[in-house]
Amino acid sequence: MEVFLVNLIAATFRVSTPIVLAAIGETYSERAGILNLGIEGIMYFGAFVGFLVAEKSGSLWLGLFIAIASGILFGLLMGFFTVTLGVNQHVSGLGITLLLTGLTLFTFRLFYGGRSTPPSIPSFQALNILPDNPILGPILSQYWLTYVTFLVIVPLAWWILYRTNFGLKIRSVGENPEAVDAAGISVPAVRYAALAIGGGLMAAGGAFLSLFQLGAFTHGIISGRGWVAIAIVIFGNWHPIRVMLGGLIFGGTFALQLRLQAMGLQLPIPYETFLALPYIVTIIALVIAGRNASYPAALLKPYRRE
Amino acid sequence: MEAKRFPFQLIKTNTPPLWMRPLIPVLILLVTFLITAGLILTAQANPFQAYYYFLVSPLSSQVSFLEVLVKSTPLMLTGVAVTFAFATGYYNIGAEGQLYAGAIAAAWLGIVLGGLPSVFAIPLMIIGGFLAGVAWALIPALLKVRLAVDEVVTTLLMNSIMAYIVSAILNGPWRDPTSGWPQSPEIAENAMFFKLIPRSRLHVGFIVGIAAIAILWFVLTQTSFGLKMRAVGLGKPAAQFAGIDVGRTTLIAALISGGIAGIAGVSEVAGIQYHLIGDLSANYGYTGVIIATLGGLNAIGVFVASLFFGLIDTGAQTVSRAMGVPVYLGEVTQAVMLLVALGMYLLQRYRIVRRA
Repeated sequence: MEVFLVNLIAATFRVSTPIVLAAIGETYSERAGILNLGIEGIMYFGAFVGFLVAEKSGSLWLGLFIAIASGILFGLLMGFFTVTLGVNQHVSGLGITLLLTGLTLFTFRLFYGGRSTPPSIPSFQALNILPDNPILGPILSQYWLTYVTFLVIVPLAWWILYRTNFGLKIRSVGENPEAVDAAGISVPAVRYAALAIGGGLMAAGGAFLSLFQLGAFTHGIISGRGWVAIAIVIFGNWHPIRVMLGGLIFGGTFALQLRLQAMGLQLPIPYETFLALPYIVTIIALVIAGRNASYPAALLKPYRRE
Repeated sequence: MEAKRFPFQLIKTNTPPLWMRPLIPVLILLVTFLITAGLILTAQANPFQAYYYFLVSPLSSQVSFLEVLVKSTPLMLTGVAVTFAFATGYYNIGAEGQLYAGAIAAAWLGIVLGGLPSVFAIPLMIIGGFLAGVAWALIPALLKVRLAVDEVVTTLLMNSIMAYIVSAILNGPWRDPTSGWPQSPEIAENAMFFKLIPRSRLHVGFIVGIAAIAILWFVLTQTSFGLKMRAVGLGKPAAQFAGIDVGRTTLIAALISGGIAGIAGVSEVAGIQYHLIGDLSANYGYTGVIIATLGGLNAIGVFVASLFFGLIDTGAQTVSRAMGVPVYLGEVTQAVMLLVALGMYLLQRYRIVRRA
C-alpha cells in the first residue's frame, strides 16, 4: 500500500506537468479575454517540433527552445485573428488546431515516412534527490521541468497576474478593455503579449511529453490534453493556484489508472474505462465548479475602438 | 503607444464594394494555394503539377469524380450538423463523437435488422443512428441549458470519451473472432446502403446528405423555428426579450445537430466500411466546423463547401499516390483555407484606408 501510494504521488506530479503548463498558458490568454482553442494544436506541434529538432541536432535543449518559440509564434497568429481581425475565437482557435495537427502529420511523414514504430531519442532524465529515502526518493525523483512548473511557473503566474502592473493590465483587458484603452494602454499589445506567453507555455507542455516523458513522438501524444487544460482553467476559476490544483486532480486520476493498469489486475471492466475516467472526472468537476465560474467579462469579445 | 501609429486602418463599411464580392472566393483560393505551395516545395514536388493532380485530375474521369461525391457525403452531413448548432449560437464541436455514436448504432442495427428487407432496414438504421447521435449530444446540451456549463469544452471532452468507448467495444465484445482485428462483424447485406451507380462507391448516403442540406435550407429559411434559431444565434438577450424560449430552442438545435452527425456515422458504416472501425472518420466532425463556417452557415454554402472539400480529399490522395507528397496536405489545405477565409470575410466588411 505504501509503495502504491508513493508511486501514485510521484506519477501524479509527472502526469500533471504538461496539463498544468498548458492550463497556465490558457489562463494568461483567457485572463486577457481570448479563449485559445489552438491549445491542442500548439501542444501537438510543440511536442513534434521539439522532438524533430532534438532528434536532428542531438540537443534536447535546442528542441525545447524551438518548441517554445513555435508556441509563441502560433500564440501571436491566434492574436492576429482574434485581436487584429477580431473574428470568432472558437473558429479561429479550432482552425489553428486543425492547421497544426495537419502540419505536424505532414512534416512527420516527410521526415520519418510511414514507419509503424515511432523513432525515439534519449530523453531528459529525472533528477535523483534523496535516492536512498524509500518514500521521498521516488516522489522527489522528477524531471527538472516538473520542478520548474510547480515551483516557478505557477507561483510566478500568480505573482504576475495579481502583484504586477503587467498582470493588472492583462486582467483589465479581459474585464474592461474600454477602461484600459481610456487609460492610454494599448489593448492589442497586452492581448498579444498574453497570447505569446500562453502559446509558449502550451508548447512547453507538449514538448514535455516528447522530450521528457516519452523520448519519442507518437500520433496520439496529446490526445485531448489541450481540451482538458481548457476545462481545468474554468474549474480553477482562472486563478493559477486553483488551476494547478485542477491539474493535479486530473493528473491524479490519470496516474491512478496507470498504476491500476501496471498492477495487472483482472477487472470485469475494459481498461478503456480507466483511460476515459480523467475526462469524465473533468466534466464532473466542470459541472461542480462551473456553477460559480466567473468568466472574464470580455472573454470572446473582440475589442475595436469605434 | 500613440507616437508611431500604423499608417493604415480598417474602416467599417456596411456593404462591400460590389466588384469585390465575386472576387473573394477567388482570392481565398489563390492565397490558400500560395501558402500551401510552400509545403509542396518542401516535399520536393512541383506545385503546378501537384495542383493539377489535386484539383483537376479528380474531375477528369467519371470514376474519380464519383469518388469526390463519395468523399463529400460525410462532410455534407457533419457540415449540416454543425450549422444547425452554430446558427443557434451553440458551439457544438462534438460532431466527431456524435458521428461515432451513430456508427456504433449502425454497426449494431446492421446485424440485428439483417432479417428485414432493405426498405425497412436502411431507414431504421438511419433513425437509430440519429437517435444515438441525439443521445450523445444530450449530455452537453442539457449541461449547457440547465447548468450553463460551457458546451465547447464538454463536447470536446465527450469526443475523447467516445474514442475510448469505440476502442473498448472493438477490443472487447466486437473484436473479430477469426482475424483478431479490432473491427465489428460485417453488417448484413440487406442493411448495406445500395449503390447509386453500379461499380462505383457512390451510395445512398449521398442522397441522405442532399436531403439533409434541403432540410437545413427549409428549416432555416421557411419555418418559424429557423427564425427562432437565428434570433438566438444573433443574440440571446434580444431573443429572450422577443419572447423566444432560448433554452428550448438551443436544446432542440443541439439535439438535431447531434442526430445529423450520427447519420454521418451510419452513412460511413453502411455505405463504405460495413464494419465499425477505429478510424472510421478522418476528422469529419471537425472538418464539419470548417465547412459550416466557410459555407457562411447557410445550406447552399455548406453544399458547395462540402463538394469542394470532397475534391480536396480526393485530390490529396491522388497527389500522394502520383508524387509522394504526404496525404495530410489535404488537411493542411482545408485548415489554411478556413484561416484565409476568416481574414477575407473581414475584408468584406472593412475597407483599408490610409490614416489622415
